[in-house]
Amino acid sequence: MSDGAALLLQGNEAVVEGALAAGIGFYGGYPITPASEIAEMLSRRLPERGGVFIQMEDEIASLAAVIGASIGGLKAATATSGPGFSLMQENLGFASAAEIPCVIIDVQRAGPSTGLPTAPSQGDVMQARWGTHGDHPIIALCPSSVSEAYHLTIRAFNLSEKYRTPVILLMDEVIAHLREKFVLPPPGSVEVVDRIQATVPPEWYFPYEETDNDVPPMVSFGEGYRYHIDGLFHDRAGFPTSRGDEIRPWVERVFRKIDRNLADIVHTEEEMTEDATAVLVSYGSTARSARYAMHRAREKHRRVGLLTLQTIWPFPEQAIDHLAQQARRILVAEMNRGQLLLEVERVVKGRCEVRGINRADGEMVEPRQIMEALEL
Amino acid sequence: MEKTLDVPYEYLRSHKKFPHVWCPGCGIGIVLGSIIRAVDGLGLSKDEVTMVSGIGCSGRMSVYPDFNTLHTTHGRALAFATGIKLAKPRMTVLVVMGDGDALAIGGNHFIHAARRNIGLTAIVVNNSTYALTGGQVSPTTPLGARTTTSWYGSIEPSFDICRVAEAAGASFVARGTAYHVLELDKLITRAIQKKGFSVVEAISQCPVSYGRFNQMPSGVDMLKWQKDNTVSSAAAGKDECQVSRVKGQGVSSSASGKNAGAGKIVRGVLLDRDLPEYTEEYFKLVERLKSGETGK
Repeated sequence: MSDGAALLLQGNEAVVEGALAAGIGFYGGYPITPASEIAEMLSRRLPERGGVFIQMEDEIASLAAVIGASIGGLKAATATSGPGFSLMQENLGFASAAEIPCVIIDVQRAGPSTGLPTAPSQGDVMQARWGTHGDHPIIALCPSSVSEAYHLTIRAFNLSEKYRTPVILLMDEVIAHLREKFVLPPPGSVEVVDRIQATVPPEWYFPYEETDNDVPPMVSFGEGYRYHIDGLFHDRAGFPTSRGDEIRPWVERVFRKIDRNLADIVHTEEEMTEDATAVLVSYGSTARSARYAMHRAREKHRRVGLLTLQTIWPFPEQAIDHLAQQARRILVAEMNRGQLLLEVERVVKGRCEVRGINRADGEMVEPRQIMEALEL
Repeated sequence: MEKTLDVPYEYLRSHKKFPHVWCPGCGIGIVLGSIIRAVDGLGLSKDEVTMVSGIGCSGRMSVYPDFNTLHTTHGRALAFATGIKLAKPRMTVLVVMGDGDALAIGGNHFIHAARRNIGLTAIVVNNSTYALTGGQVSPTTPLGARTTTSWYGSIEPSFDICRVAEAAGASFVARGTAYHVLELDKLITRAIQKKGFSVVEAISQCPVSYGRFNQMPSGVDMLKWQKDNTVSSAAAGKDECQVSRVKGQGVSSSASGKNAGAGKIVRGVLLDRDLPEYTEEYFKLVERLKSGETGK
């Protein structure tokens, strides 16, 4: 696409542009509303630049192929929506366990089950966190504009490469199909991160060893470093083990590699919170309604602020903790029955009032509902 | 003979991962030996070979040989392998699965990998049961066979792996057994050489989780069964192969008619045809686009 010119892009298109800017080399996916545009566009754009696009037989296979391609050295992604995201949970766990970088774009639609395929939701928040079985860290990002869809897609790839972890771009249908003006940054102007490569000879290479930064280098298959990758708990060489003394360091390291880098991973944005006694907390398209409501409140000289979460997992505990000390009320606006609300309550620990502003009927949370909650 | 037994040692991660997990009498190690001898015979470098496996007893195979190895999730080995093959088109990708792994939970991936005719070598170790979990009924358990979840005899018809592969579009389909091990070496060699999706059904034995319940309590009993109940395709006459359900072990295409092989399971190359291979077709498309063709 033409660089420097203003484009009228929808969120799904911005995701594609972001993925290409981040260096995507492989896309494997299965058709699903409201994410299909991403696959359709990449099916044209990827072969043009020598990358690989494949439509797999289902979402399980899609993420499996993505992980395989990443092991083969390509930056890889898939896109889906609720029902497909449910099917991906198994291999999402594999990517976590085997520490394989990959990006999963979930364009949330109303559910459970087939739900409302063309209607928005933010109902997959907890599924993104805990959908696959077992304890595991996860990163999930939420764009609330077309521009953010572009930039957070790049960030999703960068974080997945940097920390050897699956990253979920948790978009909602409103942002996916919203069209906004967007100027594509010139090529080379965005930061692109590649996975750390091994600098040691093959006989010294341990794909899961403890390193200073807790992220061991990852070598692609076929480069002379023959090693084993497994979804079973494994030792530092990648081989299955049931020994607690080999498992514990691994479990601790995969959490530590995320926990010690929260400042890098967790992004939030505060607006008019300095003097706020009531703070709206929101993400995705709902944050736009919250912003509108905040401005109306400010017009009436009400001290209302907004915290928008670009990262929802790991949960931005620090930002909430800080606000809990100054605010009298925290209102969590989201297009579900109160999923992230539980996390806010957990962090606030009763220091101020916490209430949810919720909707889960396939319609977005409108400013009016938030204004009513603010008694405007 | 010496070479047959010695070659695997050059390929095993012997200092790392032994003893192995398999029970005495198991056939999976025999199949692994055949795979290794095929790779060795073809002169492939270990770096050019990836072994992808699913879940189950056969899934554990990828731990042992010194290739690039990936132990995936249950049934999904072919889908992982598809990603690797497309990322590394020159890689020889061997995909080892069990019968339940490939045909039940992974049935969808199996037929679609065959339909695409992607250049993977699928080796299905068919022991007619879910062995690792204690011997439950599988899609290749013969009608009437007793398993821990078909205690009164299986009432489900079973899949013929080779026929499924053929119908779904594979380029090469063969069947061997753990008993006829040198033949299995050759079948796997040809499967690896074949450009498109190739399938080798390796009939194997599980005395512990299957044979015990079906009057074949030892590995030797089961190997004898393989010897007595199979016939080479050359002897059977390929055209006479038909599906029948054999009480005993493998449920497979069997020879019909009045010859000596009648009623037996047919071994050998059952299908060898030239079809466009997916990876090659994909990168041809990339080349076309590079030269300015839009493909319209």
